[in-house]
Amino acid sequence: MSNIPETGRTTRVTVRLVALQILVFSLLLTLGGRLWYLQIRNGDEYTAEAANNHVQQVVHPAVRGSILDARGVPLADNETRLVVSASRTELMKLPDDGKAVLTRLAGVLGMKPKDVMDKVRLCDAKTPQPCWNGSPYQPIPITDEASAKQALQIREREEDFPGISAEPTAVRRYAAPAGSNAAQVLGYLSPVTDEQIKEAEHTKSPLLRSDQVGSNGLERQYDSRLRGKAGVTRYEVDNLGRVIGQRESQRARPGDNVVTSIDSRVQAVAEKELDQAMKEARTQFDKNTGTNYKADSGAVVVMEAKTGRVVAMASNPTYDPNAWVGGISGKDYKKLTGKNSNYPLLNRAIQGQAAPGSIFKVVPTTAAVNAGYSFNGPYACTSSFNIGSQVFKNFESENYGGISLGRALEVSCDTVFYRIAYDEWKKDGGNKPKKHPDDWFYKTAHQFGLGKETGIDLPNEVTGRVPDRQWKKDYWKANKDAWCKSGKKDGNYGQRIAYENCLEGMKMRAGDSVNYSIGQGDTLVTPIQMATIYAAISNGGTLYDPTLGKAIVSPDGKDVQEIKPTSHGKLPMSRALRAQVDSALAGVATRGTAAWRFQGWPQDKIPMHAKTGTAEVYGKQTTSWFATYTKDYSIVMTISQGGTGSGASGPAVRKIYNALYGVDAKGNIDQKKALLPKPQAGLPKISSDGSIEAQPLGKQFETTARERRRGTHS
Amino acid sequence: MSASTQRYPVRRFSPERGTWSKLMARDSIVRRLDWVLLLTALVLSAIGAVLVYSATRNRTELNQGDPYYFLVRHALNTGIGLMLAIGTIWLGHRTLRGAVPVLYGLSIVLVLAVLTPLGSTINGAHAWIVIGGGFSLQPGEFAKITIILGMAMLLAARVDAGDRLHPDHRTVVQALGLAALPIAIVLLMPDLGSVMVMAVIVLAVLLASGASNRWIAGLILTAVVGAVLIWQLHILDQYQIDRFAAFANPALDPAGVGYNTNQARIAIGSGGLTGKGLFHGTQTTGQFVPEQQTDFVFTVAGEELGFLGAGLIIVLLGVVLWRACRIARDTTELYGTVVAAGIIAWFAFQAFENIGMTLGIMPVAGLPLPFVSYGGSSMFAVWIAIGLLQSIRVQRPVSA
Repeated sequence: MSNIPETGRTTRVTVRLVALQILVFSLLLTLGGRLWYLQIRNGDEYTAEAANNHVQQVVHPAVRGSILDARGVPLADNETRLVVSASRTELMKLPDDGKAVLTRLAGVLGMKPKDVMDKVRLCDAKTPQPCWNGSPYQPIPITDEASAKQALQIREREEDFPGISAEPTAVRRYAAPAGSNAAQVLGYLSPVTDEQIKEAEHTKSPLLRSDQVGSNGLERQYDSRLRGKAGVTRYEVDNLGRVIGQRESQRARPGDNVVTSIDSRVQAVAEKELDQAMKEARTQFDKNTGTNYKADSGAVVVMEAKTGRVVAMASNPTYDPNAWVGGISGKDYKKLTGKNSNYPLLNRAIQGQAAPGSIFKVVPTTAAVNAGYSFNGPYACTSSFNIGSQVFKNFESENYGGISLGRALEVSCDTVFYRIAYDEWKKDGGNKPKKHPDDWFYKTAHQFGLGKETGIDLPNEVTGRVPDRQWKKDYWKANKDAWCKSGKKDGNYGQRIAYENCLEGMKMRAGDSVNYSIGQGDTLVTPIQMATIYAAISNGGTLYDPTLGKAIVSPDGKDVQEIKPTSHGKLPMSRALRAQVDSALAGVATRGTAAWRFQGWPQDKIPMHAKTGTAEVYGKQTTSWFATYTKDYSIVMTISQGGTGSGASGPAVRKIYNALYGVDAKGNIDQKKALLPKPQAGLPKISSDGSIEAQPLGKQFETTARERRRGTHS
Repeated sequence: MSASTQRYPVRRFSPERGTWSKLMARDSIVRRLDWVLLLTALVLSAIGAVLVYSATRNRTELNQGDPYYFLVRHALNTGIGLMLAIGTIWLGHRTLRGAVPVLYGLSIVLVLAVLTPLGSTINGAHAWIVIGGGFSLQPGEFAKITIILGMAMLLAARVDAGDRLHPDHRTVVQALGLAALPIAIVLLMPDLGSVMVMAVIVLAVLLASGASNRWIAGLILTAVVGAVLIWQLHILDQYQIDRFAAFANPALDPAGVGYNTNQARIAIGSGGLTGKGLFHGTQTTGQFVPEQQTDFVFTVAGEELGFLGAGLIIVLLGVVLWRACRIARDTTELYGTVVAAGIIAWFAFQAFENIGMTLGIMPVAGLPLPFVSYGGSSMFAVWIAIGLLQSIRVQRPVSA
């Protein structure tokens, strides 16, 4: 073996040792590279994951702010209930996972131990209700109906009840002061949805699964202010969820209080009168349909004329907002939203839209004057108006001969407006419209703020509709397929209409313009829009954005943010025209269509202005409209399928005015009985501790409230 | 008597020196030791002690209320390991060659004992003998050493004797047979991690022995086919298959098997460049990573000491391997070379597998990180290996 090298080792072994060495160090290099990749390149990502891993938040919900009326009376506030809750983190520290403590607690509360334990267990796929669905670090409520004695027992024997707390906790209450309801205005709270949690995740006030959020009305509109800011305590936890340290703690900040312009007493009167009027309407026989009026829904708005602030807003049918507190039952929910419910959740004052009928006539009057027609006329008020073979009747009126536009308003003469509308339609080109038609009647409606939201501080306001040329085109495009399919030249009325619409539904026809001029046809308005318009006529022409919120007051009362009235335009009326219309509307109340409802009204002291409306609805009974104003207020009431304007709504509106001004049936004014002879100026008094002082409701309403309370308890 | 003793100044005539001088002499064992290797291994063990302490100081359910329980034991294990290393140096790897039959027999008995009712299952691996008093033995760790020594003895015998240039086929078969028995028993436990390490050791030993290329290729092929067969024939337990699946995709089952790998990765990844500071790791304090003082000890370094600290551990392991490679290269006898190569492969693969699984690039297998992880058997075994390396260096034939 002469080729054995001097080192005693073959080249093969040497080469292989080098290979082994290279292999070994490439393994180490791989580790180093991977380490760099995890720690330096993706370090931030893992840092975030590690933080998620070991930090748990416990959120202390903030006490929700109150919603108050203009005199400081709470419409929605919180009542204190004694809530007994258990902290899982504390219980799990005990050797038996807190079983003994919970059994003792069940004894004190008079509950079954199993029921208590079930409430504290965590929900998962295999666990049926009851179980806790929220964060395991959150105190879990066991009952919210503990008596003071029970709470005291738990608190005094803290050593017997580790991890159990008995704390007074705020629960929402809709107090119904003066017997008012205002359900749709106030809205309600409902459990937070997944999307809402996600949306609020990275905001300043994150939501808990157990949270309630404002879901309608003022509760929703001012939710972010009312909700306040939840307090957060961050705990460090280990892999079993045991708390191993506390990081930081932020106290909860209670929500702001919202002072509204609602006067709970006027609200109560408005609700009562609306309900009364609807009940009365149902006793009246409708000649057209051969049955009594259905009066299926209605709304009334009482607005401060000079500010647009809403003093009362009622919608009927209604419901008890307290049904939502503590989670609504399935039965109640069905009652509120089911097919046969008639949708009491809808606020008809801003979400109900109907053809306005004659209360619309202030719009064509203005349009006519702006188009160059003389206010004084005279215009022929005939009993009907013909276009070709089509006959347009004078619905509420009769043949008055030649009259002015003002008189046409007073007696609600349709044919005067038909004629002018037809005239204008022809001027705009008739069936072959000009490239740029004047469209005075439609333009004016838009200038009055119709066809769009008034901007009231409530969610989901609807726009109504001005059936102008653009709308006709859009509507035809959307519906022509259906019309052309169902339309028949010689079919029944509906089929013939569909046939006609299929052929020329995109065109502004003479009949459309004529019908539109008296607020019929495809015109739709909401009560709040009409109240805004009539308030504007009263105040000299400013179209205010209606508001309910008057001020937002911080919980300590130091920060008061007033909500100032804003406007969305001016009426397109000259000063002279406004005066003429004003006096015509006063004429309606004194010698026109509404005069029989204002008999004995002290017109010299409190000038009343009114306009009645009775709108035809295809396939339904007529809609009753009544629009009124004084120099302080405008009140608009509507009753669907309720009959005529003055007939169905008239007495109710008169009674609301009676209550506001303290007018009795004979027309005498008793200032002492007047609820609100002048709109509430200023804000309720705020005490030094931040609470808002409520002014007494007055004898008459105290009784009502007490009776109501007694009623609900029995 | 005393006066007469004084009369003869022995020192002048005799070269006999004091113990200290003897130890410090130019040709002494102490001077010829690889101090870099020794100190690096000690530093790694010390770092291990700190990390083990950090991982266990809050774990009352493990440390019996004494936060220093594991720290003290880790230090004790290191001390015993150091003693074993010194003993190994004193005996010398050549002497141990003669004792191979005894050691081999002892290993087989111990490994077999695990399969009897004496054995215990810890973390799904039936690889332990619980001695009592909180001590337990993992015979598989020592079997690694026996396999290295036994195979090296067989393979190097005729080459070192100058009879042959390379081990012949018969010798290779004998050596493989010698390794096959303990590997088969460990596979039955089943302790898959140890089997993997042993297979790598066998490969490296054959490689360094100069065995024919065909054997190397054949062995690699056998390993691959064997792995496929193990997979297909359901020799593995479900938990082992799960570990594999979770390594490939930890998101598959984040609450179950993937939890380990996921939490380990979060711990290491969140350490960043400089770490969260010793004892300040939220993953570690919150006990999110299971088995953190043993198999997942590297995650403590990753989280609390960051890229710099964890990287330092890899560098120190690299230093150990570098010194071991030098020792393998510098010795002229094949026996020493083969033993060193076996140890290199063992340390390198076990470190790679252990750190690799915490980093999510290797499947989870219950293997400790040499020197750093808590565990007596493992600590003793790696220190005996250090003793062997030192012995190879000290006793290398001095050519010059």
